[in-house]
Amino acid sequence: MIRKEQVLQDVVIKFAGDSGDGMQLTGTQFTNNTALLGIDLATFPDFPAEIRAPQGTLPGVSGYQLRFSSDRVFTPGDECDVLVAMNAAALKSNLKALKKGGKIIANTDGFDAKNLRLANYPDGVNPLEDGSLENYEVIKMDVTKMTREALKDITMGTKEKDRAKNMFVLGFLYWMYNRDMENTIQFLKDKFGKKAEILDSNVKALQAGYNFGDTTETFTTRYKVDKARMESGEYRSIMGNQAVAYGLIAASQKSGLPLFLGSYPITPASDILHELSRHKGFGVKTFQAEDEIAGIASAIGAAYGGALGVTTTSGPGMALKGEAMGLAVMLEIPLVICDIQRGGPSTGLPTKTEQSDLLQAYYGRNGECPMPIVSASTPSDCFSAVYEAVRIAVQHMTPVIFLSDGYIANGAEPWRFPKSDDLPPIVVKFKTELGHGEEKFQPYLRDEKLVRPWAIPGIPGLEHRIGGLEKQNNTGNVSYDPENHQLMVKIRQEKVDKIADYIPEQTLDSGPETGKILVLGWGSTYGAIKSAVAELQQQGYAVSHAHLRYVRPFPKNLGTILKNFDQVLIPEINNGQLIKIIRDQYFVDAKGYNKIMGVPITKTELVMKLQEMLGRVN
Amino acid sequence: MSEITAPALTPKDFATDQEVRWCPGCGDYSILAQVQKIMPGLGIPKENIVIISGIGCSSRFPYYMNTYGMHSIHGRATAIASGLKATRPELSVWIVTGDGDGLSIGGNHTIHLLRRNFDVNVMLFNNQIYGLTKGQYSPTSEENKVTKSTPYGSIDHPFNPLALAMGADATFIARTMDRDPKHLQEALIRSHRHKGASFLEIYQNCNIFNDGAFEIFTEKASKPDNTLFLEHGKPLVFGANKDKGIKLDGFKPVIVDLNDGASTSDLWVHDERDFYKAQILVRMFDDPRVEGHLPRPFGVFYETDRACYEDVMQLQIEDVMAKGKGNLDKLLRGKETWTIA
Repeated sequence: MIRKEQVLQDVVIKFAGDSGDGMQLTGTQFTNNTALLGIDLATFPDFPAEIRAPQGTLPGVSGYQLRFSSDRVFTPGDECDVLVAMNAAALKSNLKALKKGGKIIANTDGFDAKNLRLANYPDGVNPLEDGSLENYEVIKMDVTKMTREALKDITMGTKEKDRAKNMFVLGFLYWMYNRDMENTIQFLKDKFGKKAEILDSNVKALQAGYNFGDTTETFTTRYKVDKARMESGEYRSIMGNQAVAYGLIAASQKSGLPLFLGSYPITPASDILHELSRHKGFGVKTFQAEDEIAGIASAIGAAYGGALGVTTTSGPGMALKGEAMGLAVMLEIPLVICDIQRGGPSTGLPTKTEQSDLLQAYYGRNGECPMPIVSASTPSDCFSAVYEAVRIAVQHMTPVIFLSDGYIANGAEPWRFPKSDDLPPIVVKFKTELGHGEEKFQPYLRDEKLVRPWAIPGIPGLEHRIGGLEKQNNTGNVSYDPENHQLMVKIRQEKVDKIADYIPEQTLDSGPETGKILVLGWGSTYGAIKSAVAELQQQGYAVSHAHLRYVRPFPKNLGTILKNFDQVLIPEINNGQLIKIIRDQYFVDAKGYNKIMGVPITKTELVMKLQEMLGRVN
Repeated sequence: MSEITAPALTPKDFATDQEVRWCPGCGDYSILAQVQKIMPGLGIPKENIVIISGIGCSSRFPYYMNTYGMHSIHGRATAIASGLKATRPELSVWIVTGDGDGLSIGGNHTIHLLRRNFDVNVMLFNNQIYGLTKGQYSPTSEENKVTKSTPYGSIDHPFNPLALAMGADATFIARTMDRDPKHLQEALIRSHRHKGASFLEIYQNCNIFNDGAFEIFTEKASKPDNTLFLEHGKPLVFGANKDKGIKLDGFKPVIVDLNDGASTSDLWVHDERDFYKAQILVRMFDDPRVEGHLPRPFGVFYETDRACYEDVMQLQIEDVMAKGKGNLDKLLRGKETWTIA
């Protein structure tokens, strides 16, 4: 059979199915396969809060969006080129994100009367049959039937066989995009090695899907996406939460501090606990505490004893940890609090993304309680951002909040991983003896950074008491003296402000030094802003992009940068939080672009917003 | 550090220069004095002792002890101590808490600390009242108690702290009182010696907001007939003339009169290692105001050996490390990589 091969530059595929259909696994496998070819990519997993929401229903749809390209990409794409719909609900909830003319790969078995009803299609309406999809290219296949057929020689129940459906689809896509399947076969061997039947059924289904593409004459075109022009080096694929765990291990290794994680399971942060608990070979101690408060409290205890104390959580857990964070501020001991944000308030949208904990991180404690905040902008950036959080914590004797969110926590991208030797050092100095002329240890005597010594139990002569009560300057003794309290409040603030002297100045991610609009972002909006700004720059507009890693304190030159632009736009996945702080600190009339739908901001909508602003100033 | 021979310490070495700020007459003074008295004899270098407290009157304790110490936040001393002990198993960690701190706001952490069995010593100062907030009822206050927050009497049923500890599978359970310094010292030493989480309830008089709460157990006149001092291997005998005893009638403890036909050989012989009888013993918690009530036991109710959390945690790490230490470059590289020229 003669087949064409068409080279594409940029493809977005969305795998959508029931939350039990294995779409996350399918997406991850296709992602790894893509990454290994040196193609750039970005992903966006999107799944329901329920582990198994009612089968076949709209709330039960689990999706995994993957964009891959021979050009650099920074977002998982606004619209899909290909939608894999394992059932009617998956089609219904994702159709609006499919490009006109896009491909729908539909599992016809998922469009039977029951599935159509569960997806709320009116009686007798089947979108695959009624012509409503005429603007799309529909590829219908009975995945269930063909998977069962492929597995007919295996003695296992139909229910078990049907679990391999996703592999059939994956095999077909591997054929369609001209891929070698070796990495997935190896993955299946590692995963199911000891369960011969399950391994066999998955591999057979995968091959059957591939062969279906290969032998069916209607499929005349295969597609290919070339390698991306990326910086030379060795790459791997990484997800945000995984990068947080690796960053913490790296910081522990480089600082020589044993890593202790005190944590309570919470979506979407739990994967950091899972990942760290696997790495006992690095001496990592993970403690699944009885609640969020014990999570941070145990980490404070560990830090007091000289470990790298870390706690991981999401919004509701941050609220519970507030008092203990205040204690860490008073004790002035190093601690890293990782908040993987999700939709709030209260339980909110546990599996959806949001940037709405910024003000909580900034202000959400009793008293004057300043804490540095570092944020990550992409999955791989979680590594270096959390590493920085550790550096600041131990070198400035302060708890530090690290902010990520559900979008980058679960998203994946290629990562030019560093060599351990190239990581910046983290120098830790414990106090080991009384200084010259020091008669009695003064736990709150400060250095030029206003940092007090880290004196851990076990050192003779340095016995001392610390606590949450206000303390006398230098001695640390309990003090209710009015002047002293004001002094201590000011010192604690100044200590955090002073960190600005020890972090890099803010740079522009792209664009001219002065111009019409500065788009100022923080966290996971990075990719969308970068892409939107690039598009406007190509159209010749003087639009620049600055992306904050250090949210508290801000880099010293941020004010100057802001004043170099006619307008400042601050896009956030919240109701306007960074914008409040920027306006407050710099008196800049910044504008917000706020989307609070539990999903990332898209490039397209930002481009539109920027065009609208440019229209106004032109 | 323990290899350096330090000069013998005295109780004075454990006192700080901070003015003790409990109300005059407070039971906490006696507890502080006894702790300072026994510390030199424990043979632990001062710098290896850490005292962690929560919030409340009792929680001021660390400020008065010349060791390492932390006065933390309400109810969380147990959780903080867990993290410290997990990472620094060689330290001697003492937790000072109260009935409000350890059983109300921090109740959750207390039970989890006990079931995990960290090798720490919990000293729970029970005065059956909230002192620092000036006199509200606590989770151990008796029913119908009239306090500032219960002008018509408390309708809360109180905790039985030792039964709670038993329910949480504590490996050492004991009770003592501020007014019996010798017993208190002995109980502290036993707590320290126990490898595992020691739960020591200390009846402590708050002479301002709940004066005399334990009078019946502590005062000379009433103490002998209302208390039962437990000794391992000895029959349960009490009374001014040591002429009353406790016998088990099935699962029910009953008082017998040794002058009236009963002999010590009929009596329940205390065995600290008896898990089942300990459950009965902790339930000897009668309201002393009720006629015919059982005496309140003091001493070590129960002790058992169970692996400590921090030791097993360390063992797991050593097991994994024996198969190969972590390599950071290998970790960062992962399994699948590709190279771009």
